[in-house]
Amino acid sequence: MTQKEWPLWEVFIRSKQGLDHKHVGSLHAADAEMAIQNARDVYTRRLEGVSIWVVESTNVHASNPDDAAAFYEPANDKIYRHPTFYQVPDSIKHM
Amino acid sequence: MMTDSTMPAQAPAAAPSETQAQLFPFVLQLADTSLILAHRLSEWCGHGPILEQDLAMANIALDFLGEARSYYQYAAELEGKGRTEDDLAYLRSAVEYRNPLLVEQPNGDFAVTIVRQFIYDCFHYHLLLQLKSGPDAQLAAIAEKSVKEAAYHIKWSSEWVIRLGDGTEESRRRVEKAIGNLWRYSGELTTPSATEQALQAAGLVPDYAAIQQQMAAHIARVFEEATLAVPEGVFMQKGGKDGRHTEHLGYLLAELQYMQRTYPGLEW
Amino acid sequence: METLELTQEEQFQARIDADVRIEPKDWMPDAYRKTLIRQISQHAHSELVGMLPEGNWITRAPSLKRKSILLAKVQDEAGHGLYLYSAAETLGASRDQMLADLHSGKAKYSSIFNYPTLSWADMGCVGWLVDGAAILNQVPLCRTSYGPYARAMVRVCKEESFHQRQGFEIMQTLCEGSPEQKAMAQEGLNRWWWPTLMMFGPKDSESPNTAQSMNWRIKRFTNDELRQKFVDMMVPQAEFLGLTVPDPNLKWNEAKQGYDFGDVDWEEFWNVVKGNGMCNKERLQARVQAHEEGAWVREAALAHAEKRKQREAVAA
Repeated sequence: MTQKEWPLWEVFIRSKQGLDHKHVGSLHAADAEMAIQNARDVYTRRLEGVSIWVVESTNVHASNPDDAAAFYEPANDKIYRHPTFYQVPDSIKHM
Repeated sequence: MMTDSTMPAQAPAAAPSETQAQLFPFVLQLADTSLILAHRLSEWCGHGPILEQDLAMANIALDFLGEARSYYQYAAELEGKGRTEDDLAYLRSAVEYRNPLLVEQPNGDFAVTIVRQFIYDCFHYHLLLQLKSGPDAQLAAIAEKSVKEAAYHIKWSSEWVIRLGDGTEESRRRVEKAIGNLWRYSGELTTPSATEQALQAAGLVPDYAAIQQQMAAHIARVFEEATLAVPEGVFMQKGGKDGRHTEHLGYLLAELQYMQRTYPGLEW
Repeated sequence: METLELTQEEQFQARIDADVRIEPKDWMPDAYRKTLIRQISQHAHSELVGMLPEGNWITRAPSLKRKSILLAKVQDEAGHGLYLYSAAETLGASRDQMLADLHSGKAKYSSIFNYPTLSWADMGCVGWLVDGAAILNQVPLCRTSYGPYARAMVRVCKEESFHQRQGFEIMQTLCEGSPEQKAMAQEGLNRWWWPTLMMFGPKDSESPNTAQSMNWRIKRFTNDELRQKFVDMMVPQAEFLGLTVPDPNLKWNEAKQGYDFGDVDWEEFWNVVKGNGMCNKERLQARVQAHEEGAWVREAALAHAEKRKQREAVAA
């Protein structure tokens, strides 16, 4: 196979106003404009979206799963960051 | 509740007025045109150059099919003889079909399909813009819905013309050949038939001179970016809108109408 | 080194047993990766090739409504193929390579698509029976251990239920129609029933990879379990339609609360798998042709994108 493949793009869709864009999958396209149109044709055939982002897959940098312990576990013992850590007297409202 | 009707909802239908009824052949022409083009595009399904474009072409085909159904349903209403959308689509012969010649041309390679689509999209989009604010409320409602689809189509086909024109040697050769073969069918779109002339005189159908200018401007812009030349001095074929078709339509209808012709009068 | 590897594999299995999804960058055994790529790409190929037998009838659909539905349905299959290729690509397989494997005959796809579609009733049968069988296979895969595959399957299953319903509706319309239409429906069922049962794959006793796949949770029921489920599900539906399932050995078994049914013609099954089905050659040829004839289009789009990039770089 001598011919180069169209680059791969990651697709993110906002399903309705007020929500975040969410990753839905990927597709191939020759350029960004085509990637957006392809995303529209592939991933919004049933009114699934109101806005589309595409990112060329090679531009996505991901954290390493091996770092998971170092990255996420230190947050475990910081329970004082959560509101439920604090006791509020019953008579206090709106807090 | 989903209904089968693809016509945009309008005020409760009174019997069409006499003025409205005159629109029947024009609405039928629009219906035939959208159906035939949808049919051609649907022939690509499963055979596209890449999966992503297979989906794109099927989407466009579905848009045209939906639009065709709206026009047929409205045409049936205007005619008032109890014929249905399917009667109109499946039980009329080639000489009764009113689509312009361009849309019945075979798919050929991807370049032919793109050029055919591009030329028609240029006309279609600008026509719908006019119909949308035209005097007939039902036609305006259908156009209002369809013009959004057409805006996408014209973007899609324009970009492909540019890619193919300004792509590789081969794509350029193919797209030039396609333009050379199809250009002769472009004039018919904006050359009014006798029926259209009468309706234009009555103010029911928009003037084509303005549409032709808009078309030409868009084509010039896209061809320039595609580094393609707009053909000049081409003899323009016509006749489709009067039922005089190229030989391709007969075969297309034989396939399209096969079931209804083989098993008349049944529900499917 | 050896012990470390073992630990990783054990950890991996422990995560799977705890129903924790595996994601693309997580460590996974090579065999898991390879098996998944094979399974997902095979599934993607089935969607792609599966467009052809139904695509056949888009131009001949008997009403405008049916034409729209069928086109939308076949288009969905293209979408499903795409979701699945995209899931396989997260494992490091390239679409080009997967397609090359399909075209060379190295990769398989579902044998059901090597049967011809001969009448309009076949559109009903494919939707009702074939998609019905596919759904049974696919619903459990929404909980499969590999995240991107599971997510793709959730999308697929959501869309697939429309497919089965439209198929059933076609059958119902035929069965409530003229005697000619009813006969068309029965003839379709006669041809599609057995090939559909074959879709679940060889008997458990002849499916050596099942145990490992179940362990990895990339397969959640055995072939025979699914086949039984399918028969139990479909027979009452056929009865509702007033159609006869073409199996003289079909009989309700009160004790097992399921149907007993006849044996699939395994010789036919293996023949079609080996490439000797009615349409194996045509299907593959159609795919190869589309791909080859599309090469210049894909090339042109790339070349144009490249030119544009360069122009923008100069302008900047």
